[in-house]
Amino acid sequence: MTAYILRRLWQMAPTMLGVILLVFFLFNWVGGDPAYILAGKMSNAAQIANIRTQLGIDQPYYVQLGIFIKQIVTFNFGTSWSTGEAISSIITTRLGPSLTVLVPLTILETLFAIALALGIAFKRGSLTDRSVMVACTVGMSISILVYIIVGQYFFAYKLGLFPVQGWGNSFAENLFKYSALPILIGLAVSVAPSLRLFRTFVLDEVNQDYVRTARAKGVSESRIKWVHVLRNASIPIITHVMSNLPALLVGSFLIERFFSIPGIGREVIAAVDSSDFPLIKAVTVYVAAATMLFNLLADLLYQAVDPRVQLK
Amino acid sequence: MSTSISTNSMNSSNQTVSPGVSPGLWALAWRRLRADKIAMLAMSVVAAFLVVLVLSASGLIASDWEQEIAMSYAPPGFIGADAVKTEAIKAEAPPPENPLDPLADVLRELRKTPGNQQSPSVNEYGVPDPLATEMKEIYSELAKKGKAVVAERVPTLPFGADKWGHDIIKKTIKGAETSIVVGLVAAFLATLLGTLFGAISGYFGGRVDDLFNWFYSIFTSIPYLLLILSVAAVLQQKGVTTIILILAFTGWTGPFRLIRAEYMKHKNREYVWAADAIGASHFRKMFIHIFPNVSHVALVQVSILVVGFIKSEVILSFLGFGVPVGVVSWGSMLNEAQNELILGKWWQLVAATAAMAVLVTAFSLFTDALRDALDPKLK
Repeated sequence: MTAYILRRLWQMAPTMLGVILLVFFLFNWVGGDPAYILAGKMSNAAQIANIRTQLGIDQPYYVQLGIFIKQIVTFNFGTSWSTGEAISSIITTRLGPSLTVLVPLTILETLFAIALALGIAFKRGSLTDRSVMVACTVGMSISILVYIIVGQYFFAYKLGLFPVQGWGNSFAENLFKYSALPILIGLAVSVAPSLRLFRTFVLDEVNQDYVRTARAKGVSESRIKWVHVLRNASIPIITHVMSNLPALLVGSFLIERFFSIPGIGREVIAAVDSSDFPLIKAVTVYVAAATMLFNLLADLLYQAVDPRVQLK
Repeated sequence: MSTSISTNSMNSSNQTVSPGVSPGLWALAWRRLRADKIAMLAMSVVAAFLVVLVLSASGLIASDWEQEIAMSYAPPGFIGADAVKTEAIKAEAPPPENPLDPLADVLRELRKTPGNQQSPSVNEYGVPDPLATEMKEIYSELAKKGKAVVAERVPTLPFGADKWGHDIIKKTIKGAETSIVVGLVAAFLATLLGTLFGAISGYFGGRVDDLFNWFYSIFTSIPYLLLILSVAAVLQQKGVTTIILILAFTGWTGPFRLIRAEYMKHKNREYVWAADAIGASHFRKMFIHIFPNVSHVALVQVSILVVGFIKSEVILSFLGFGVPVGVVSWGSMLNEAQNELILGKWWQLVAATAAMAVLVTAFSLFTDALRDALDPKLK
């Protein structure tokens, strides 16, 4: 097991290096000279030269790359260009609010989608199945923006069931008061695509021999669904959920932006708006690393779920 | 879809196929597609959108969307003109020059009374305004232009108007043009890149394959939206071309994976060996011999990407990283609609949402049917 994990981590090295190179290429080469952005509109040559020296961009590219790698390893990206706050502190303080929304959202979404998928996949071709599928297709065709705009307007502004936006100080207040509507809207948006996907995973299993055997020996229908089929369908489900987790961290930026949740996603949008390169670079590299680690974690989970899987 | 299969077999038995010539992949796929009623309906909806797109792009319809023909936030015709509001404006200052311009009255006064060069240039603090004459010229120019439109401002439009009095229907058509063009061109470019890389990678294998797989794993380990935002942050320039390039640059991984797998499968088939035996070059084998046999995969990928890219463009434009100011897309319409909704002006939101939902639903259904028709084994 340890040998497997170590080997997998070693195999990640070239990809990680590639991600670093890609980000470096984008921001240090394509992005042009950031000194002009930093110096502002009123600048002179001396100021620009000064900033260039501070950032190290008057050095040759290989030295700059070295600086960048050192920053990644030491988790020290310096300070944000727009606010002056340390990048490491931005990332650590914004992670909490993001997770407060994301963890409940992911858990609820996965449970809902699995339950619905198990429900409708066993009635394949029925009216329920078809109407749920049509509803999913139509639901997915409406932009996430519309869900958020209308949801916020209707539930928070018109009906006053939830605060329109904001963030508090205590965890319970954040979770139950401020995150409730974002989580509900997130759920409405994300259940449809997950359900469609999970349904196909379950459909791959419902006609297998073991289902017929279980029925023949008198196993109850709900036990077939929740124990026999679910366990077999769970491998692709785990892959999907795990590989989507880091992406969700950023992908929920729209929700964070609309509801003024001080999370990573909102910070990334603000950074793109204000050309705050160090923050985008840091988030991109770490989220990519997280994606790879979560993929490894998914592979490890496979074995826990399905003893037939051999990790080699 | 079990129904489509049964009608298929009926159809193919009815069809008269000349002996000796078996129908090709595309003919068979078309036959399957035509038997699928939902697919045909979806296809006609998509086709209708494309017709509107062509008409709009060639300037036959909606070319005058920027004309401010109606009053600000004129409600849709089926609601009827906002009677109270219209009366109020008429009573206040007939005729209303520009309801949004608070200086309209002052301007008219200025233009009516000749020879008052001195009075306006000294403000209430007694300081002469150095730009007074220039500003007055600009304002009078604007007022003249405004005057031409004033007479025609209508209180209501078939589907309402936005803040500036643009016709929402024309605006939605224009927005559709931008969004669909971005989706189509970006999807085509992304599939082109993915197909090219996938073909080279799958055909040659070995080191070349490793290199492209390395690229693939890099691009897939960065979440899609984060990658798009990073590129948008770096490029620093708004424009339709920029969005297309961003989307194409980040979206090639899906087609790459599938096309590479197809090429790996096909490169050892007999027909490729035969082509090799008659001395066909690598390029010829890859693109003249193999590509027609895997082109259906590329086609399905294009249509999958179009849907995704239209959605991405809407989000990008909404955030302000997409289309520049002055170009309308569904995303920029939603951006305006967000604030209008609080004022109770829902029509722009509904128009953009409905147009997008209809197109994306039709396109998704069509894509599913296309995939089923082109690859009946895949289910």
